[in-house]
This record gives sequence, C-alpha cells and structure tokens, in this order.
Amino acid sequence: MMRLTPRPYVSPHQLLLVPVLSVLLSIILGGLIFAALGYNALDALYQFFVAPLSRPDQIGNLFVKACPLIIIGTGLVFCYRANIWNIGAEGQLIFGALGAGWVALYLPESWHFMMLPLMILGGMIAGASLAAVPAFLKTRFQTNEILVSLMLTYVAGLVIDWLVRGPWRDPMSFGFPLTPYYPDAALIGKLSLPVIGKLGQLHWGILIALCVSGLGWFILSRTLAGFKVRVAGDAPRAARFAGFSPNIVTFSVLLVSGALAGLAGMVEVSANMGQLQPQISFGYGFTAIIVAFLARLNPAAVILAALIVALSELGGDSAQIAMGIPKVVTGVFKGILLFMLLAGETITRYELSFDLRMTGGKMSRGDADV
Amino acid sequence: MYDELLLTVLLTSVPLILAATGELVVERSGVLNLGVEGMMLMGAVAGFGVTSLSGSPYIGMLGGATAGALTAALFGFFVLGLATNQVATGLALTIFGTGLSGLIGAPLVGQAIDGLPVFIVPLLSDIPVLGVLFRLDLLAYLSIGLVAGTSFVLFRTRAGLIIRAVGDNATSAHALGYSVLKVRFYTVMFGGMMAGLSGAYLPLVLTPHWAEGMTAGRGWIALALVVFASWQPWRVVGGAVLFGGVTIMQLAGQARGWSVSPQFLSMLPYLATIIVLVAMSRGGRAERGAPAQLGRIFLPPR
Amino acid sequence: MQKIIGFIALIGIAIGIAWWSMKPQDEVQQADGASSGPLKVGFVYLTNPGDHGWTYAHEVGRQDLQAHFGDKIETNFVENVAEGPDAARVIRELVEQGNEVIFTTSFGYMDPTLKVSKEFPNVKFHHITGYKRSENMATGNIRFYEGRYVQGVVAGLMTKTNKIGYLGAFPIPEVIQGINAFASGLRSVNKEASISVVWVNSWYDPVKESDAAKVLIAEGADLLAQHTDSPAMLQTAEKAGVKGFGQSSDMHEFAPNAQLFSSVNNWGPYYIQQVQHVMDGSWTTGEGPDHWAGNTWNGLGDDYLVLTEFKNMPADIAAKATAARDGIASGSLNIFEGPMMDNKGNEVLATGAVLDDGGLWAMNYYLDGVLGDLPN
Repeated sequence: MMRLTPRPYVSPHQLLLVPVLSVLLSIILGGLIFAALGYNALDALYQFFVAPLSRPDQIGNLFVKACPLIIIGTGLVFCYRANIWNIGAEGQLIFGALGAGWVALYLPESWHFMMLPLMILGGMIAGASLAAVPAFLKTRFQTNEILVSLMLTYVAGLVIDWLVRGPWRDPMSFGFPLTPYYPDAALIGKLSLPVIGKLGQLHWGILIALCVSGLGWFILSRTLAGFKVRVAGDAPRAARFAGFSPNIVTFSVLLVSGALAGLAGMVEVSANMGQLQPQISFGYGFTAIIVAFLARLNPAAVILAALIVALSELGGDSAQIAMGIPKVVTGVFKGILLFMLLAGETITRYELSFDLRMTGGKMSRGDADV
Repeated sequence: MYDELLLTVLLTSVPLILAATGELVVERSGVLNLGVEGMMLMGAVAGFGVTSLSGSPYIGMLGGATAGALTAALFGFFVLGLATNQVATGLALTIFGTGLSGLIGAPLVGQAIDGLPVFIVPLLSDIPVLGVLFRLDLLAYLSIGLVAGTSFVLFRTRAGLIIRAVGDNATSAHALGYSVLKVRFYTVMFGGMMAGLSGAYLPLVLTPHWAEGMTAGRGWIALALVVFASWQPWRVVGGAVLFGGVTIMQLAGQARGWSVSPQFLSMLPYLATIIVLVAMSRGGRAERGAPAQLGRIFLPPR
Repeated sequence: MQKIIGFIALIGIAIGIAWWSMKPQDEVQQADGASSGPLKVGFVYLTNPGDHGWTYAHEVGRQDLQAHFGDKIETNFVENVAEGPDAARVIRELVEQGNEVIFTTSFGYMDPTLKVSKEFPNVKFHHITGYKRSENMATGNIRFYEGRYVQGVVAGLMTKTNKIGYLGAFPIPEVIQGINAFASGLRSVNKEASISVVWVNSWYDPVKESDAAKVLIAEGADLLAQHTDSPAMLQTAEKAGVKGFGQSSDMHEFAPNAQLFSSVNNWGPYYIQQVQHVMDGSWTTGEGPDHWAGNTWNGLGDDYLVLTEFKNMPADIAAKATAARDGIASGSLNIFEGPMMDNKGNEVLATGAVLDDGGLWAMNYYLDGVLGDLPN
C-alpha cells in the first residue's frame, strides 16, 4: 500500500509548484469530465479560462468578482492558520451587509459625508458579532466552531429574508422584497483608471481588497500578533508554553475573519446592488475557503488565488451562454481544485512510496503497514 | 389528522437517521467527514437516475448506496491515503458532490419516477396514531434495522471494539497490530453508503423528482445530530425525529394560521442544533463520548 | 526568486499562446445594430426549461416566436441565471453577442435589466412581471389571477371538508393577487370554506412542496392549489387521493386522477406582438407614470393564460367553470368587484366599485376566506 514519510527538506520552489500544478491538473480533469458528458472539451475549456479574459471590460469584471473573495479569503487565512475552522463566512458576509445596510438606510442626511466610513464600521462590527458566537461557544464550552458557524449561516439568510420582506421593505416596492435604494452617498462607484478609463464594472472596492490583503500579510508575518496566530496553529503546545492564550487567539481570528467577511458584504451591496434583497451572496463565503487554500494560507497570495477562482466563475457563465453547459459545473471545478491542492500539499511534504507486500486480512494481528 | 402529521414527521426523519448513523460510525473510528451533504446529493441523483433507467426503485436504492460509497472512497483516498486535512477535504467533497450531482442531474429535471411502495403491516397498522409506524416503506424499516445493527456491531462485537479503539487511541491500536487506515477506510465507505441511501430516500420516497441541491442542508444537520446523540446510535433516532418534527411544525403552524413569521419558524432547526451542540459539549469533549482521535491524522509509524 | 519569476512568466506565456491558438466555435460579435441578417432575440431564464413549469412555458413561447418569424429572427437563450448582479453580466453578454431584443423572464432581473438598458439605448429590453421601465425597457405580464378565480369556483363546489390548501412561493403581489382571486371565486359559490396558505419560500423545491402538501392534507384539506412550479404537490395529492390544480404547465401526466385543470402560461402571443412592433418600428414602452400604463398585462381574454381541459370533476361543475372562464375572458365577469371584505372584516372595496390595476398591485390584505395574516 501507500506509505508516507516526511521529507527532510522542502524547497520553496516545490511549495510554489503545488498551486500551479493543482490548477493545471484541475483544468485537465475538468476537461475530461466535459468530454465524458458529451461536450467539446477544448471549446469548453476555452470558454472557461480564456474567453473571460478576451475583452478589457471582462478583465474589469474579473476583479469585481475577485474583490469579495480577496477580502474574505484574507480573513479566513487568519482563522485557518490558527486551526480555527470558520465555515460561516457566508453568514458573516450577510450580517455585514445588514449592518452596513442599516447605516445606509437610517443615517440622517446631515451625517451623509461620513456615510461610507460608518457603513464600513457597521458592516465589520455586524460580521464580527456573528463570528463572536462560535468564538464564545468554542472558548467557553469547547463547542465545535464548524457546525456552529455553519448553522448561523442559515440563520443569517433567514434574518435578511425577514428584514427585507418586513421592517426594511421599501413601501414603494409593491410588496416585493426590496429595501429602498441606498442614497448616493452609500454607493461605491466605478473606478476610473488613468489612461485606460473605466474597465467594465470595476469599482474602487478593489482598492479596499488590495489593502486588506497587504495589511493581512504584514500583520501575519511581521507582527507579534500574527506570530501568535501562526504558532497557535503550527504548535499549540509551544504556544501555551510561551504564554499565548489560546482563547484570545481563537476570539481574535474569528472576530477578524467575521469583520472582513462583513466588510466584503458591505462592499458587494454598495458596489453592485445598491439595495438589499433576500439573496445578496452567491456562495462567496464558501468559495473564499478554496481561495484561502489555493493561496496556501498566505494573505498576499490571496489576490492571485482569488483571480484564478473568479476566472472559473466567470468562465462558468461564459460556457453557459456559449455552449449551454449548466452553471453547476463551476462547483465541480472548485471541488477538484481543492482536492488537488490538498493532495499537492501532502506530496510536497511527504515522500510517497509504494509497498507491494501483501498483509494478511483486514483486521488481523501481525505486521500491518497501513 | 395527527397520525398523518406523525407519518410526515417520521418520513422526514429517515434521511437524517440514515446519514447520521453512517457518520456516527465514521466518527467513532476517528475520522471527521464533512462531505455528508455532497455524498447525499450524489446518492440522490444516482437513486433517481438509476430508478429512472431501470424502472425499479430497489435497484435505484442500490445505485444510491453505491454512489455514496464511491464518493466516500474518494474522500478516503485523500484523507487516509494522502493524509490530507480532514476538514478541508470534507468541504471539497461537499462542493464537488453538490456540483457533480447538479451536472449529472441537469437533464433529469422535470422527470418523475415511481418510488418505493409502502408496506402496510396488517393488524399493527390499524392502531390509532402509533399505527403509522407500520405504514412505512422498505428503506424506512431498513433504517431502523441499520441503527439496531450498528448499535449491536459497535458495542457487542469484536469488530466494533476495534473500530472504537481505533477512534480513541490509534497509536495503541496500531501497536496491537490492527490496521488503523484499513479500518477507517471501511468505516468511511460504510458512512458513504449510508449517506447515499439517505440521499436516495428523497427522490424515492419523499418526492419523486430530482432538483439541484435537494438535500437543502440535511447533510449538515446529520453531522450535528451525531454530536447531539453523543455518538450513540439509538439517540440518533430520537434526535432525527425531533428535527423532523421542528421542520414539519413550521409548515403546520402556517397551515393553521399561526402568526409567527415563517422565517423564524424556518430558523428553528438550525437554532435547535446550536443549542444542542452547546448542551452536549459542556464539560469538555472527553466526558461526552467523543472519540478522542476525531479529526486527527494518523500516520502509521514504521 | 528568479525561479518564481520564471515560473510566472512561463504560465503567462502559456496562457497567451493558448489564447491565440484556440479558436472558439462561435465568434463573439459586436453589437452594432446591423440591419442585415436576422434579428437576434435573447432570452434569460431563471431555471432550465426541463422544470416543466415557469421556464418551460417561456421556452414554449420562444419556440412559438421562432416558428412564427422563421428566418427573419434568430433566438438565443441562457438558462439557470441567478437573480442579482450576475444577471446583469449575462444580459450584457447577450447584448455583446448581437441580440437587439431581450426578454428577461423573472422578477428578480428587474434592476439588472434596468441598469443594462441604460447602457445600451439601442437595444429593446422587456422585463417580465416587474414594475420598472425606462425608455427602452418595457414590462409584460399575465393576469395569472384570472385562472385562480376559476380554480376557486371549482374548489368551492367540490370540497367536502371545506378546507382548501394553498402553496405559495413568496408573498409578492402576483401571488397575493392569485390567493385573493381564488378566495373571490371560492366565496362566490361557497360561504363556508376557508383557505390555508403555506409559504414554501422557493419557486421550485419539490421536497418542501411535497411536505407542505402532506401537512395541508393532514390538516384536513381535500383540495390543493399551488403558486409554485414543481408537480410535487399534485403527485402528493394523487397519492393521498385528493385533488388539486396545476400551475404554469399541464401537469396531467404527473397526476392523472388528481389534476382538475392547470393554468398554463402562454407567452407566445406576447413575444410575437413585441417583436412585430420592433420590426414595424412601432415599439413603445407605454405612456404615463404608472407602470401599469405601459405594461402589457393580458389574461384569459387574449389567450395569454390558457386553462387546460377540465377533468376529474362532475359535468355540472365543469360547466360552471367554463362559464366563469368565459365570463372573465369576455369581460362580463369582474373578479374583484365591490363590496369586498378582507379576512378581518374590513371593507376594502365599496359596493359597485371595480378594482383597477393600481389596486391590484397594492393588495396588502387577504380577502375573506383566507386564514391567517399576510407575513409582514
């Protein structure tokens, strides 16, 4: 059977190879699946990965799609580095949008010049407060944060549904579940680049995303707080020995990732929708998990990882329009990509060897290798 | 009226019983498989498709179980063969299974199949209210049998002892000569088969259609159920009926004109899960019966 | 460090080469308002046509449109488009591919359609079931509630338990109009019966629709109606031996004994009429500030809504149903005519008054006959 032995030395080039190879392998496997389902594999792959880049405005759209993934992904990197498995980023995004939405809809006119900063604050606080629930339950009762954060995602979805159909519904909307349109001060406008001008739907929220990623990298790799986070994940015993409180780390990383997911929610609504409706997120919280892994839990690499994943999302649309391939195929790609990343991680850290000796029986005593 | 409501509650709880029991065994051996939702959906699409092709819901059942087991084998390969992170791999499985099932099922939307028939036990089914227990379909009866079987195997046979040993202290089990990874692989396959059956139950009994994502989060609730049941098979049944009850109550409340908001009622199963999780985990995991090795990677030392 | 740069450069070159060398099957065309070649018409669908319901009806309409104009037009569609900002991208893509007439077939596409319509003033947009217009965006709708009145009449005459079960998707005006029209028809023949509404919170969720149907039957309903899209409710009814009404398409094959009749949406005439206007140069989005002034909102009278054959009911009830349908189609029967009471006892329409379109959109009450409160 297969045996894994740790490699004595892992070179950085090998580590870089992992995401690259994973992406390539996913493309190949995806192509095979297309072929198996009767589609022209090459055309499908073109639609998926090249067509979305074939026009400048499409490139702008790529960044638009990547924007929330970068913000949430950076937050998740913090969590996963500390071995805290926050799966509820989707719900925290929704709460953030609600927090920002509350500010947008109820802030008095005279305060409008402060609208956006207050919305950012509101979104981050709301997102963090939802993440505080699994944080509290984990530190106090050792409750598994995976299930709690996930259940809260469903709860958040129902809360926004209730708010948009009830108390926050636009009285002018004939009973349709829409809030009033945000005032202009609450919207994030399109970005005008020097020389190139406007690129598709690109808005300046992307600048926020880039800052978040850069800051995240700096904090994680160059500050004591970041060090604590990394040690908590890599060597929890050493962390305790050094006096780093695990509870504080747990709380901090969850609050940070909740706040960032909330920020992403605020940006998404202000930049792309301008009002709240029952469904404002389309799986960004879950997709960001893949982005975090693709970035190998490095906040700076999150940008590139998000672009790649966003490309496959746009590609799904394009393949659908051009070839009628159902949109769910992006889920297949994302799943394969994550599998390949995880396998690649193992292969770089361990040597794979095969042992063809036959061992006797499935649960017998004796010399069992695997 | 009440016996029909009870019947609906029981039918809703069967998929939860099947999936949770399977995952319970997996977790007892020390593996955390978060991919239940993906496996259930693969089971659902396979159950629907195979029934549609073969005309027999029984073959469809087998198809669902097989699809679940195969999907679990994929998980097992990564987590046991390549020692990947169990949480991330489980998530990958969910995303992959959801996408692949949607892809396979796309041409099946809008079709209908003939599902599993109801078996009525002659005298017993006429008992008022409780009589509905004897008006269920094959898979529902099978699910109870599987719970009984799982309980028996886990606690009264040597194989069960080995499974639990591997879940509580893998290093010692390995030192005693038991193949930890092989045991885990078998439990993972079992869990996958159960999840596949659970998913297949939806189109075979509840509604003879396929819809993308039709499990609607039941896989995650099954995961919570395992904790709720403190990893004991019979408690899974109680928990599943409770959750099924909450889901149905939400609909019944509306039908009766209760003026609680439907969103709040829909939230109840999820809030209940959280409350249960907290209640169950107070006092630390060890006292609550969680397998000590849950989620930890085991690399056989040489 | 150099190796990392080298890697990135390699990947970049690889992508570039792939981009250059691969040729797609369809060339991406520019929207230049070309008058040569067939008129391209694009459709955006919420689900896929195989759903046998809402989208299926639109697809049938599109095929009718294509058949009617033959070579003069070329129709395209995109399915499974999520409502929200992603939809805007899809709509833009359709325009970039040369479509000059666009139909977006679900309420949730309203704002995306509006946004894109402002970016492409030469393209003619149609939004189905919405209420916002612009200079080049029109709205179209079907008076679904007319079919509900007939359903109410049949239900009122057939029920023995006097309990009717009603599956609603979301509490939006269109669904509430339907419930109230059903109640109006019910009350016109039966003063005792009542309607229980269960909200499924989805247009297409067979499992939940089935559960809701089972619960309603358990609570005593012997007739079911749905404003959701899957045949699950009718199949549950069939198994339980109760009867019901289908929605959007004929669901008879799924429930041969249970389906009394189905309200089928017939979009062909609307599509054909609109495309004809575009070709003649007489396309408008209507006058007046009220959105329903420009709205094309037709029903049984113009065959936008078609009721399938009345089955599984006694002949005299079928005759009454036919009379009701004909009355509505000819305009002699007003569904919402005063005096009308809501289910709390307040009068919402005075004697002799007839509810106009504005009133229909403003319905925030249940009529007498419906149990419970509107979720708010």
